[in-house]
Amino acid sequence: MVARESMMETYALLIAATLNAGTVLALAALGLLINEKAGIVNLGAEGLMLCAAIAGFAAVVHTGNDLLGFAAGMGAGAVLAAVFGLLVIWLGTNQYATGLALSLFGAGFSAFVGIGYVQEKLPPRVPFEVPFLADIPWIGPALFRQHPLVYGAVALAMGLIWFLYRTRTGLVLRSVGESPESAHALGYNVRRIRFAAVVAGGALCGLAGAYVSVIYTPLWVEGMVAGKGWIALALTTFATWRPARVLLGAYLFGGVTMLQFHLQGTGVDVPSQLLTALPYMATIVVLALISRNPAWIRVNMPASLGKPFQPGS
Amino acid sequence: MLQLEARPEASKLWVFASPVLALALTVLLGVAIFMALGKDPVRGLQMFFWEPIKSAYALGELMVKATPLLLIALGLGICYRSNVWNIGAEGQFVMGAVAAGGVALLADKETGRWIVLAIVLAGILGGMLWAGGVALLRDRFNANEILVSLMLVYVADMVLSYLVYGPWKDPAGYNFPQSKTFESVTQIPRLMSGSRLSVGLLIALAGVGLMWVFLFRTRAGFAQQVGGLAPAAARYAGFSSRKALWVALMVSGGAAGLAGALEVAGPIGQLTPYVPAGYGFAAIIVAYVGRLHPVGMVFSAVLMSMFYIGGELAQSRLGLPKSITGVFQGLLLFSLLACDTLVAYRLRWLRGRA
Amino acid sequence: MTTPLLSLQGITKRYPGVVANQAVSLAVMPGQAHAVLGENGAGKSTLMKIIYGAAQPDEGQVFFQGQPVSIRNPQEARKLGISMVFQHFSLFDTLTVAENVWLGLDKSLSLTEVTRRLVAKASEYGLDLQPERPVHTLSVGEMQRVEIIRALLSEPRLLILDEPTSVLTPQAVEKLFTVLHKLVGQGCSILYISHKLHEIRALCSACTVLRSGQVTGVCDPRQETNASLSRLMIGAEPPALARTPHTPGAVVLSVHKLHLAASEPFGVDLENISLQVRRGEVVGLAGVSGNGQRELMWALSGEDTRAESAVIEVAGHPAGRSDPQARRLLGLHFVPEERLGRGAVPTLSLAHNLLLTRSEALGAGGWIRMGALADQARGILARFQVKAAGPGATARSLSGGNLQKFIVGREIGAAPALLIVSQPTWGVDVGAAAQIRAEILALRDAGCAVLVVSEELDELFEISDRLHVMAKGRLSPSLHRAEATVALIGEWMSGLWPGNALEATHAPA
Repeated sequence: MVARESMMETYALLIAATLNAGTVLALAALGLLINEKAGIVNLGAEGLMLCAAIAGFAAVVHTGNDLLGFAAGMGAGAVLAAVFGLLVIWLGTNQYATGLALSLFGAGFSAFVGIGYVQEKLPPRVPFEVPFLADIPWIGPALFRQHPLVYGAVALAMGLIWFLYRTRTGLVLRSVGESPESAHALGYNVRRIRFAAVVAGGALCGLAGAYVSVIYTPLWVEGMVAGKGWIALALTTFATWRPARVLLGAYLFGGVTMLQFHLQGTGVDVPSQLLTALPYMATIVVLALISRNPAWIRVNMPASLGKPFQPGS
Repeated sequence: MLQLEARPEASKLWVFASPVLALALTVLLGVAIFMALGKDPVRGLQMFFWEPIKSAYALGELMVKATPLLLIALGLGICYRSNVWNIGAEGQFVMGAVAAGGVALLADKETGRWIVLAIVLAGILGGMLWAGGVALLRDRFNANEILVSLMLVYVADMVLSYLVYGPWKDPAGYNFPQSKTFESVTQIPRLMSGSRLSVGLLIALAGVGLMWVFLFRTRAGFAQQVGGLAPAAARYAGFSSRKALWVALMVSGGAAGLAGALEVAGPIGQLTPYVPAGYGFAAIIVAYVGRLHPVGMVFSAVLMSMFYIGGELAQSRLGLPKSITGVFQGLLLFSLLACDTLVAYRLRWLRGRA
Repeated sequence: MTTPLLSLQGITKRYPGVVANQAVSLAVMPGQAHAVLGENGAGKSTLMKIIYGAAQPDEGQVFFQGQPVSIRNPQEARKLGISMVFQHFSLFDTLTVAENVWLGLDKSLSLTEVTRRLVAKASEYGLDLQPERPVHTLSVGEMQRVEIIRALLSEPRLLILDEPTSVLTPQAVEKLFTVLHKLVGQGCSILYISHKLHEIRALCSACTVLRSGQVTGVCDPRQETNASLSRLMIGAEPPALARTPHTPGAVVLSVHKLHLAASEPFGVDLENISLQVRRGEVVGLAGVSGNGQRELMWALSGEDTRAESAVIEVAGHPAGRSDPQARRLLGLHFVPEERLGRGAVPTLSLAHNLLLTRSEALGAGGWIRMGALADQARGILARFQVKAAGPGATARSLSGGNLQKFIVGREIGAAPALLIVSQPTWGVDVGAAAQIRAEILALRDAGCAVLVVSEELDELFEISDRLHVMAKGRLSPSLHRAEATVALIGEWMSGLWPGNALEATHAPA
């Protein structure tokens, strides 16, 4: 009886950890989804998240206020995304190359700025609980002892579904991603709409980045986002650009990440490096499986994704 | 207000002038950064642009750094011209180093010089194998090569880590994660005594020539690039996009693996977790700034090495973090992308219309 | 004298390298169907963009109902009462009909209200539309109906139609004209852009003719003949093509019961296609775009190699699985409908573009002999009178007509046994179009087998010996030119040829 309880406990904690890990991916991937629905792919997600992580961490170190940390992260994400958007949308630079440039720059810049923060510690986090619900046996610890942003990610996904499929603005956004030429011919300001999507998406990636350094692992280390930005990019493809599927995929990947710690904890004799490599290998496998049917992807993909658009051409 | 107007023909002037302008912009931003950090900008610029070239020895060191960058960039140039977005050259570099290191570790005091050839071949094959995975997944499963090649970078780092912390750890190494130092017989031959310049430089320069001939004077090279320029035209002509994909990835993987082998059996001399030095990513910038042209890449490789060496000097002499190199590299690429707009567009002042 | 509804005075618009409109003046009266006639490249589309607000003139003034206006974007145009039906549809494939219409109207209405109004308007004009269908499931004619309804729902005073009939069967064109006549009767003015003389004479009571960006005449088309209009449009009567009767020789292309599933998500399946082309004859393939021509071209050129080997035979050799280079070795050469991006690489020089399909300038091991390549290109430029800066000029620096002449010249210069041409003169100026058609006939006289796919019936009637029609992925039986009439071909375009099994609910698009 006691052994079973502790196993249940372990699983509850595992689920809780999965939700936590998945939230980073969910926030970033939902932000990228907004970009991609408008037809822009931002390969700079990783660099953006790194800069946002150091921005958020530094803000909390100096002010002790988590909310300011998140705001700083979102701000950093929005600013970098705006630079990206200006280059790609107004100067017409290649989306892939510019995104890559952003990732490389972001990695270097965050390492540079973060030098002074490597040994810093954040004030101790207050454990979060949803009143009443957190006390339900098993489900409570599993689901209801999370940071508010975890629930925020779920709310965001639902909000995006409503926005994209039930509002006219969302329809306009989707139409821009589907055919910027047609939207332009109908008189919509394609460039401004795309720019807004890019900045909004960047702010969300920034929030995800700040979450990593402020809540998920409260410290700063160069490169600490460790590829989550890239995985988030892959996620939007797996999820065929649907918010609910993005959320599900994010949690699945969160689970894979957590599996690694769980296995290490149970003393299974697998080299730790293999376990660390699990999320990356899982991404490759899922990418391969999902992409196998190119026709299916093409039907679901915003048709103008990655393609340049210049009005008057 | 300023408006962009499409040029009827791409401006030949700006094809060459754009990287120069980009460099100028980067320098300007660099000066601003130095000043913001309270450092003397003139000294800062000195570190980056004068110190690395001021003596024969310095030039030698510059070329030592430039060699792997140039090698990898040559391969990436073929990739990007074919519209194959190999971002994982870093991982291919690491696996080339691992394969080369594995062969090097087989050497003992009795081994002959032939082992150098084996090491180099192993490096090329290691890189090709790693890139081959990307090609296979794109060919059979249509999986996006950007994400796959990138994920494989992380996996490659883990493979290296496993080996140097585990089976290949030097038993006499005080438990540090590193392999045995390779026997001296495995060293890549030096070009001249007193310098760390190796045969690798000659290989890289030969590569420049080969790439030029391939891209601009052979039908195979033409077919390779049409796929990147206009995929529908490539299909119309009957140029195989599969072949182009595999050629691009095998060449760039092999080049990156070769660079890895040359580094590990050259300056580094053993396998450590610090083998991945970011050359695979810096080479992306080298390729772009060099306009994906073999001769251009020679110049941009030298430029990027100056950034590397400058960063090291800035750390030791000015107390700036070494990661400033990454900042400059990123800024350079950003500026280049922005300045490239001028190749296809003209800036015009338009008198305000309502 | 009534005030014109729309008046353009002295409109000039320049783009880099070309003056699209030069001091153009135009007056449309209320309740008038006014044609804007001109060949490709005359400046019609630019003028419409200015009226619709998608472009701004460099000089000149626009007056609407007598008041000077500055139309800065399409929304302002719509507010004035100007609506446009585009030549290349401004539709969103994955959205429904109702959503597409909604996006084209200003935002004060809800989706349900728009749906209600669109159904009402559609039935008022006898156009059949289902609001819930995603646009990608519609035929091209149905898509145009969506564009028209969208324009009509904004209660326009002026409706602009840009080359609306290139995607319609002759019967559908009649239906469209009924709608337009009704509109004009209700007091709406129409600006009808076209280069098709008989349509303009059937619909419009006024016509402004554009040539090379300038107005060459204003007239009443009902009072003019095709010849006089043609003279205004191109400065001369169209050159007559000489067709000598010919006995066709051996079969060069044989397609036998080709079945091919669509390779693209919104593509067309090919069903049971059989046809033959002999030496010394031109076979024309008529049909509205979107009925499988694209897929058939892919299968014939070798860009799609999924057919069974023996189903397609070139010069007696099974070629269904062969790639384009193998088919070229058999003597098959192909001119695709997309010039830039498929027939030629836009950023490469004309000389380099030769290497796409010709290999005479290659040496051992694939070495490119640059001198020989340039000479070869120069030869084509001279023989086919291509206006270009030289063999080093990039493909995209050429005008549409000149690039097409180059590509046709490249393929003809290979002395093919079989030439397949898709949309040979689409978007090409009249002079070049005549030259290309003459070259095709010359090739036929020299004994080559030619297959021409075209949406322009007039063109097919001019150069074909025999005709087929494609509809919904199927091919009609062959028809000799002498037996073919526009009405018959029109019916066959809707699939109504003898022996064609159709779904009961099929209605002509």
